[in-house]
Amino acid sequence: MTSTIQEYQSVIPHPPELAVHCRGVTKSYGAGAAKVTALRGIDLDVRTGELLMLVGPSGCGKTTLISCIAGILDQDEGRCSVFGHDFKLMPQREKTRLRGRTVGFVFQAFNLLPTLSAAENVAVPLLIHQIPRAKAIAKAREILDRVGLGARHGAMPSELSGGQQQRVAIARALVHDPKIIVCDEPTSALDHETGHQIMEMLRSVAMRSGRSLVIVTHDARIFEFADRIAQMDDGTVQRVVDSAEELNN
Amino acid sequence: MNFLAMRMLVGDRLKYLSLVAGLAFAALLVTQQASIFCGYALRTGSWIHDERCCDLWVMDDQADFTEANKDILDTALDRVRGVSGVLWAVPMYKGYLKCRLPDGTALSARVIGVDDATLIGAPARMVEGRTDGLRRDRAVFINADQAGDGLLLKRANPPRPLRVGDSIAINDNEAIVAGAYRATPEFFWDPVFYTTFSRALAMAPSERRTTTYVLVKVRPGSSISEVAGRIGRIPGLKAVTGDQFAAMTMDYVLKKTGILVNFGITIGLGFLIGVLVSGQTLYTFMLDNMKHFATLKAMGAGNLAIIKMVGLQAAWVGGIGYGIGVGGAAFTGFVFSKIGVAFEMPWQIPVIGAVAILLCCVAAAIFSLVRVLRLDPAVVFKG
Repeated sequence: MTSTIQEYQSVIPHPPELAVHCRGVTKSYGAGAAKVTALRGIDLDVRTGELLMLVGPSGCGKTTLISCIAGILDQDEGRCSVFGHDFKLMPQREKTRLRGRTVGFVFQAFNLLPTLSAAENVAVPLLIHQIPRAKAIAKAREILDRVGLGARHGAMPSELSGGQQQRVAIARALVHDPKIIVCDEPTSALDHETGHQIMEMLRSVAMRSGRSLVIVTHDARIFEFADRIAQMDDGTVQRVVDSAEELNN
Repeated sequence: MNFLAMRMLVGDRLKYLSLVAGLAFAALLVTQQASIFCGYALRTGSWIHDERCCDLWVMDDQADFTEANKDILDTALDRVRGVSGVLWAVPMYKGYLKCRLPDGTALSARVIGVDDATLIGAPARMVEGRTDGLRRDRAVFINADQAGDGLLLKRANPPRPLRVGDSIAINDNEAIVAGAYRATPEFFWDPVFYTTFSRALAMAPSERRTTTYVLVKVRPGSSISEVAGRIGRIPGLKAVTGDQFAAMTMDYVLKKTGILVNFGITIGLGFLIGVLVSGQTLYTFMLDNMKHFATLKAMGAGNLAIIKMVGLQAAWVGGIGYGIGVGGAAFTGFVFSKIGVAFEMPWQIPVIGAVAILLCCVAAAIFSLVRVLRLDPAVVFKG
């Protein structure tokens, strides 16, 4: 398997300072009269260690783009490499395996398994990768400590507030030490203060050791946390700016 | 992943219990009905198995079950005795005769006449009286279990069971109950009176053919099947072992009555209900967990891991449901045996039940897996 990955790395030219390198990415859904084009030739780079926000109106293609970046959707055309790997060119099994190791996910609705405790939820990515349960739970509790939920490791998701659940989800995205984390509207289900805390945590805890974050959001209140903001509309990246102020101009 | 599968399964207690209950119900229906069927089927041969005295039963070559009443000529007895390898042969009469109990209750009864000289074929387990009591004038034996049931004197005040010493009329011939015996419960329900061969013939309507069976003991060292073959070469006769006769009887009853079809339908419906209930519940369970399976797939769980998870979940609920169902069937069998319902659970029935439940689970798991495996992990971003 390693040789296969190296083979892909050699095939895809990828600037070393970039975590994600997308060129000419297109994606459509449906066919014929029902065909909807979600991405129309996206060119986008995400730098290593950067927090990039994807913003834009509903239906502009943000979620489709992070799905392509995360390797859970294949683009129709163009190239989208993540640390040198273009998921589209990989066999399904290898793609799933690499996605599991390279990418962390934070979802709008948290997507915690309701029948697992906080620590067990956090341990899920490790369990998927065959890490022994005791070791995985110990690591999960360590990460929960880092997000301030060490004392609630045994709580079920239904016993946690929305902010706490999102912190558990962040811990889950971090536990297997991925190189990139993709977040889909991580603060939209939270009040302003909790959303702020979550973003502070993402910046302080998640962005260690050169990890990159790509966050899809509508929430203008968190733009200040971005290193760069990519504004999308109608399936294209309109512009990439360095601050919220610049976006407003 | 096994841990995740189990926690997903047992975490939602209501669904988990519904799944287990559906499969337990299916296992209970399949094994219990099959056991009752088996019990009744085996009872068709009870009378033959109780008559352990002989090696071969000789009968009319058209006889196909114990109640066929296709008699043979009395000369057949001497012809059988003349066959090489026969140690002894005795006649037996079996026929349905009209009977009237002391209180006037009229019924149809099976009268079995055994050899006057040797009493071979007489009941072995006497609970009142002795076997040689059959030699007394007008003596008949009754089945102790039928005394308070088929032979209940319903018109007496108060009603009471027929008992030793009572006088009855068989085809208007007086008979005295001289003893009571215990027999294995039978499929056929008419009361039975044992008497001697000559007395049975005296009671029965006059016919040219008067012998129903010839009971044969094969000489030591002779092959039973070879002797049976030699007897079978006598025109109009056939000789079968007790096991063969019991199998013939069971086969006849299953084919000529609706018992096989009815039990088959019940067992089939039980299986179908089990498949539908457990399949639908497992399918709903999978649908409810679709978002979580998508999350797992997005986080790197491959299809093989998902198949293993669903397989483990199906196997777990199948195992528990099967255990409860078969346990329940065994318990109902224990209760049934106290009230006289035929119930027999040979090892093949739990095996058949296990196969049925396995099919239930495999079918349910396949239906569920199709959706899960086709699931696009991109749905995790759809809120």
